[in-house]
Amino acid sequence: MSLADRPGHEVAAEVRRGSLKAVEVVEAAFKRIEQVDGRRPALGAEPQPDDQQFIHAFLLADRQRALAAAAAIDQKVAAGEDPGPLAGLPLAVKDIFCVRGTPSTAASRILANFVAPYSATPVERLEAAGAVVIGKVNLDEFTFGSSNESTAFLPPPGNPWRPTHVPGGSSGGSAAAVAAGESALSLATDTAGSIRQPAAFCGVVGLKPTYGRVSRYGLIAFASSLDCPGPAARNVTDVALALQAMAGRDPRDATTAAAPVPDYSERLEAGVAGMRIGLSSDYFRIVAPPVGGGEIETRPIDPDIEATIRQAAERLAQAGAVIVEDVPLSNTHLAIPAYFVISRVEAASNLHRYDGVKYGHRTADPVADLHQLYRKSRGEGFGTQVKLRILMGMYVSAEQYEMAYYEKALRVRTLIRRDFEEVFNPAGDYRLDALLTPTTPTTAFPLGAVYGDSVVMQYADALTVPANHAGIPGVSVPAGLSADGLPIGLQLLGADFSEATLLRIGRTWEQISADDAWRSQRPMVLAEVGP
Amino acid sequence: MNEYEPVIGLETHIQLKTESKIFCGCRADSWFDPPNSNICPVCTGLPGVLPAINERAVEQAMLLALAMSVDELQPVSYFARKNYFYPDLPKGYQISQYDEPLARGGLMVLPLADGASLKVRIAKLHLEEDAGKTVHQTDQRLIDFNRCGVPLVEMVTEPDLRSADEAATYLIRLRQLLRWLDVSDADMERGQLRCDANVSIRPVGSDQLNTKTEIKNVNSIEAVRQAIETEIARQVTVVESGGQVEPWTLDWDEDSGTLRKMRSKETEADYRYFREPDLLPLHIDEAWLARIKQQLPELPLARRARFIEAYGLPAYDAEILTEERSLADFFEATVAAGGHDVKVVSNWLMNDVLRLIREKGVSAGGLQLRPEHLSEILAMLADEQINMTTAKELVERTEESGESPRQVVEREGLGQVSDRDSLVKLARRTLEASPEQVADYRGGKQTLIGWFVGQLMRQTGGKANPQLARQVLEELLAE
Repeated sequence: MSLADRPGHEVAAEVRRGSLKAVEVVEAAFKRIEQVDGRRPALGAEPQPDDQQFIHAFLLADRQRALAAAAAIDQKVAAGEDPGPLAGLPLAVKDIFCVRGTPSTAASRILANFVAPYSATPVERLEAAGAVVIGKVNLDEFTFGSSNESTAFLPPPGNPWRPTHVPGGSSGGSAAAVAAGESALSLATDTAGSIRQPAAFCGVVGLKPTYGRVSRYGLIAFASSLDCPGPAARNVTDVALALQAMAGRDPRDATTAAAPVPDYSERLEAGVAGMRIGLSSDYFRIVAPPVGGGEIETRPIDPDIEATIRQAAERLAQAGAVIVEDVPLSNTHLAIPAYFVISRVEAASNLHRYDGVKYGHRTADPVADLHQLYRKSRGEGFGTQVKLRILMGMYVSAEQYEMAYYEKALRVRTLIRRDFEEVFNPAGDYRLDALLTPTTPTTAFPLGAVYGDSVVMQYADALTVPANHAGIPGVSVPAGLSADGLPIGLQLLGADFSEATLLRIGRTWEQISADDAWRSQRPMVLAEVGP
Repeated sequence: MNEYEPVIGLETHIQLKTESKIFCGCRADSWFDPPNSNICPVCTGLPGVLPAINERAVEQAMLLALAMSVDELQPVSYFARKNYFYPDLPKGYQISQYDEPLARGGLMVLPLADGASLKVRIAKLHLEEDAGKTVHQTDQRLIDFNRCGVPLVEMVTEPDLRSADEAATYLIRLRQLLRWLDVSDADMERGQLRCDANVSIRPVGSDQLNTKTEIKNVNSIEAVRQAIETEIARQVTVVESGGQVEPWTLDWDEDSGTLRKMRSKETEADYRYFREPDLLPLHIDEAWLARIKQQLPELPLARRARFIEAYGLPAYDAEILTEERSLADFFEATVAAGGHDVKVVSNWLMNDVLRLIREKGVSAGGLQLRPEHLSEILAMLADEQINMTTAKELVERTEESGESPRQVVEREGLGQVSDRDSLVKLARRTLEASPEQVADYRGGKQTLIGWFVGQLMRQTGGKANPQLARQVLEELLAE
């Protein structure tokens, strides 16, 4: 097996022991990038015929910087020092994080020339734990999307399992890079499902931690009250290690929690015996407009996905879990409409700073006054999805509409939070350790199939966004492949700070399904790479 | 012509006196620094940054609120975003408290010249960050971000002021209080205390609130007085000529002494306020509040009253001595140091010490001359070890050197010549040297005694006890 495909925790352990060089690990990652990534995305690049055979995850792959960092780790090992639990593991950073000295673009023209003078806290912490930043990966512009097609840097990433399909979004570059073995880890963000949905689409593990568990300092904000940095990797154990490195209070982010950080690896293998895991019919249907437009309707999720999740539940029950059926989460269907409002109000405000004055894109045209400088710079710098969100955010937060939309959406958010509190209450009727749900209503869709209808696109997050409203953690773990060979993700949701429990269930599922036939399938782009 | 009564409310912005800015570690005070020298990713609004509240700013605001005897500090207050575009507002929004401020319902009592006092209600007091500074240069705008994130308190009065003079009095008292609490240097020319005035008029006797205008950009207390007076006169003219006052925002032009219309209120922006998601609600628990309450000093008016009551000082003295906290402390420390006549101490402070303070441009606390020094000088003077001239000189010399006055007197032999025999000897010499004046004196020109005393003082290098000198001279001249 190529070094690029091996589990990260094994690789890091060998690097720490000195039986493997970090430099070799990083070289293997760059070799894989050369094999599968294809041409580097560029601002407004024209499509080319072979684009859809490659992944195009990386906006920046900085070999020199990575090799220097890897060499430093090897030197530490040689000197008898411990380079940390992530020693030598390649890390692809979603380009929504600032990394000192690198272009930090948010996949937007408006920040295409912005080089960050500082590094985000989670980046610093992952590096301090031994991870090696190998580059920055693509995303939807400012994370606004669920397919990666809204990036200003084209071509957009493809799904490693079928590059004609989307990798999901907004952390599509992250999930794709990890799935294709271009990186062991990715640092991503989840505002409505942006880690979990692409993880499900690309067949990797993606964790959205509890809000406040991981610092947002250095994360270019979308919706500040919902944004959560989190890791993606090919297995639960690696995700646990990455979370360990990132989690904890940061004086630079006032919203980080002071709650102690547990050891996420300690009880990972402890099984699920006696755990109460809930299933909810509210997560096997979505209330959404149909693709192509029309009235809001209630429709079942993809039957392949429902069957996969129910089967997983049965097998977890066989492993000793108590499955609790028909758990009511009755406000789930309101999560997307409320999210539409809250996220856009915050986004519009967060986007105010991109004005062409201090940094980023400034119009080259002559301008008559300040107003025109703003209009032209922002008009040229922002893509369509961003403009739509600004328009809607400005509309629903205007004085005369605020009560009807924003205040109402905040109340819905409280209701969603209460739904979860009810079912996770250790003294309540359900006393759940976790909810088991599908991560997404569908598997990855073809590039171009949904993009353009931003309302329908939003419903790709229908099953993931409730956790963002409530601030609770969620993890998506590969659950199988659909009849047409695309990955399906199962989602585990839990109470605040229950990451260790969710990871433990996820790890148990990995063990239960270790010998399943689908586990031996590899993403299409790796077919020609060889084992 | 009808009689009109002005109705005035003031909105002040107070720059707090913290080491660092409100949401980052940059130095807050940049008065002496070049543009854009105290800035960082946070206060310049780079992508990805977050605010972290400076607890000292909160504590200074709490102290101010307590001094305003607010009904209650809000146990939970919130920050909001005020969204608007301007080049010197790098995030495109200002973080400010809004609907749930730190404190509501305070009271500021103003003593008036006629001995009465005026109660001005404080509607609310909240924390916010300052924006940067835009300098317009022909076809360029230069932006200085140093001021971005400097902590401000916005304090808004109810419309309780009834004249431009009352508004000025309010500002004078507020400035005094801010310095007293050491929460702001409150220098209006440096923008540490800024004032917007809301002005309307109504017929005397009416209790209706009419349409008001808002005057902005007034940079001194005198300018506030003038601007309000100008605006009252303008409104009276408008109403008298059958017009209506419109809700304008007016800009005070200091140079020409005129008001200029900035905008109509109707065109004012919608700031789309919403709660700042990057900051937690500001919780003030009992323990914190108790700690700040302990730091609250005796306030100027209370101290003034006590000076009159406890020391029997005239109101005039008490007022001057409590203008500034370290001066009041200086007074009390000098008195406490021992056995002086308090009125004598007061006189020395109001004359000699205040002169030093003005000359040096410091507060009483910044002098080298300490209360114990002054106490030594006054004790030596009372014991006639030194005379008045020496005492005054010692005040100056101590301020220069910081040395103990008693040691200086001993070392340099500045002690007063009170030894009668040696004075008689010196006086004889004085008279011998001036036979003409002696003849004139004895011929009836008795006013010359002052001239003889002066001669004798000069001979002793100013050390002679003047009463004794006069006595000796009179005796010799009468021989």
